[in-house]
Amino acid sequence: MNRFDYIRPVSVSEAIAAAAVPGSAYLAAGTNLLDLMKVGTTRPERVIDITRLPGLDRIEWLPDGGVRIAAMVRNSDLAYDERFARTFPAVAEALLSGASAQLRNAATVGGNLMQRTRCAYFHDLASACNRRVAGSGCDARDGENRLHAVLGWSEHCIATHPSDFCVPLVALDALVEVEGPHGAREIPVDLLHALPGATPERETALAPGELVVALRLPAEAADFSGNARYLKLRERTSYAFAVVSAAAALELEGKLIRKARVALGGVAAKPWRAREAEVALTGMPASAEAFAKAAEIALADALPSGDNAFKIELARRIVVRALSLAFEGTPEVMPALPASPFSTTAGAIHVA
Amino acid sequence: MSLSISLTINGQARTVVLDDPRVTLLDLLRERLDLPGTKKGCDRGQCGACTVLVDGRRINSCLSLAASLDGTEVTTIEGLAEGEALHPVQAAFIAHDGFQCGYCTPGQIMSAVGLIKEGHANGDPERIRELMSGNICRCGAYQGITEAILEAQKASTEANRRDAA
Ligand SMILES: Cc1cc2nc3c(=O)[nH]c(=O)nc-3n(C[C@H](O)[C@H](O)[C@H](O)COP(=O)(O)OP(=O)(O)OC[C@H]3O[C@@H](n4cnc5c(N)ncnc54)[C@H](O)[C@@H]3O)c2cc1C
Ligand code: SF4
Ligand code: FES
Ligand code: FES
Repeated sequence: MNRFDYIRPVSVSEAIAAAAVPGSAYLAAGTNLLDLMKVGTTRPERVIDITRLPGLDRIEWLPDGGVRIAAMVRNSDLAYDERFARTFPAVAEALLSGASAQLRNAATVGGNLMQRTRCAYFHDLASACNRRVAGSGCDARDGENRLHAVLGWSEHCIATHPSDFCVPLVALDALVEVEGPHGAREIPVDLLHALPGATPERETALAPGELVVALRLPAEAADFSGNARYLKLRERTSYAFAVVSAAAALELEGKLIRKARVALGGVAAKPWRAREAEVALTGMPASAEAFAKAAEIALADALPSGDNAFKIELARRIVVRALSLAFEGTPEVMPALPASPFSTTAGAIHVA
Repeated sequence: MSLSISLTINGQARTVVLDDPRVTLLDLLRERLDLPGTKKGCDRGQCGACTVLVDGRRINSCLSLAASLDGTEVTTIEGLAEGEALHPVQAAFIAHDGFQCGYCTPGQIMSAVGLIKEGHANGDPERIRELMSGNICRCGAYQGITEAILEAQKASTEANRRDAA
């Protein structure tokens, strides 16, 4: 790890002023930042500790029924907040399917949103990586790329965004409140993470020094509380990143789909909202055919970026499964294995 | 740049002067405070060997910057037993053969103590396995670990009931 100055501001404005100096990085729980600093992927000269800034640890219900979650709320505190989990069950399920209990106890809302890709070459200083060093090349293109992107990638970068949390958030039109050297603004989570294009080193819409202060979910997102799921396929049962994942949320009138939300994880450099699939579902009676059609549409533009064509079919199946389970209804209690398509319940189907 | 932080470690107030802010809680415990019970496996958040409680919550000490934890209370494996009397989770691990080589065990036990406090497993072995997935055991002692936690959790629920009565 490189040497750095440790700075502990006492207010948001002091933090932003400190981070305006080039070479600064915000430190939340550090479960991603310290990991990156240990390997040298990130070498900040100044580490700005935001863990004790006042007012950043609250979950606040808004008069209209929406919710505002301050950036330092810990992943587990949010997932186990009873009202939150009841109102936005797919978000709670996504949080509980991520990392481990220890990591969720530490990890923050802001840090989860801002976590970096897990592409192995990004973490290996001996490899060429455009995201880490602009213009240096991309060793993933001809390397181990089974888990890389199938949507929205470019020849310059084929990495995926690893967050589970972000997938239902984009489906539900969440936005972040940001403060920075040039004032405050709001960014939809859907526009927070950038697709690589020719500039994969520009990972998010945040300008240098900008701080995520809160996340908001609109009141309308609560309309899906009865029929919302997050499903995540992993290479082992637990404590692994998604190979592919999907959030599905339905608002039903009997069997008729009044509104639908679909988003995918593990497929692109951002959580991937499938708006055209949602349009295709709207006004249709829920059926296996309608779900299959939606999955087809969601992956219509997908292309393998390497040895990963299998992810396209897998992603279709996870969309169908997530929609089918959402249609069955949000489970009464959080499943023992949150987001797992595998169930130890007798009689459950184990293959799609 | 030197920095002074105060921690309560296993009930004891400690002031530590850090001459370099790079130290993690794990390295601080093992290398500066003579508390080597907390183990270093991966040093990257991937194995759980370094699990300790900070303000009562289990976390990975290898991914926590010590400077950032100024003012917190830390409990390590060394702080669980009361004199010669083992903590119920420690005793249950012995009773159920919850280990073989023992390297992952301090982390497993601290994680189990955290899990029981959190109260989300409700005596369900499937939930215990899921909520313990952050602790890897190369010896594969998982069966005994799950049984030990089930028993310790039951004992702690009964003790709470007695206290409430
Ligand atoms: C072994 C392991 C397994 C994991 N598995 C999963 C998984 O399955 N699913 C999943 O979703 N995640 C997983 N994670 C990632 C984990 O969720 C993140 O490490 C965590 O959410 C980051 O939160 P943090 O508070 O520790 O952020 P930090 O590490 O402190 O920060 C992360 C980044 O965000 C920036 N940042 C932090 N807060 C803010 C803010 N408020 N405003 C602007 N920038 C900010 C930091 O500068 C840094 O670049 C895993 C991590 C590990 C180590
Ligand atoms: S895929 Fe992106 S992150 Fe991975 S090596 Fe290529 S440029 Fe770097
Ligand atoms: S040493 Fe901390 S998780 Fe492995
Ligand atoms: S007992 Fe040997 S690693 Fe768990």
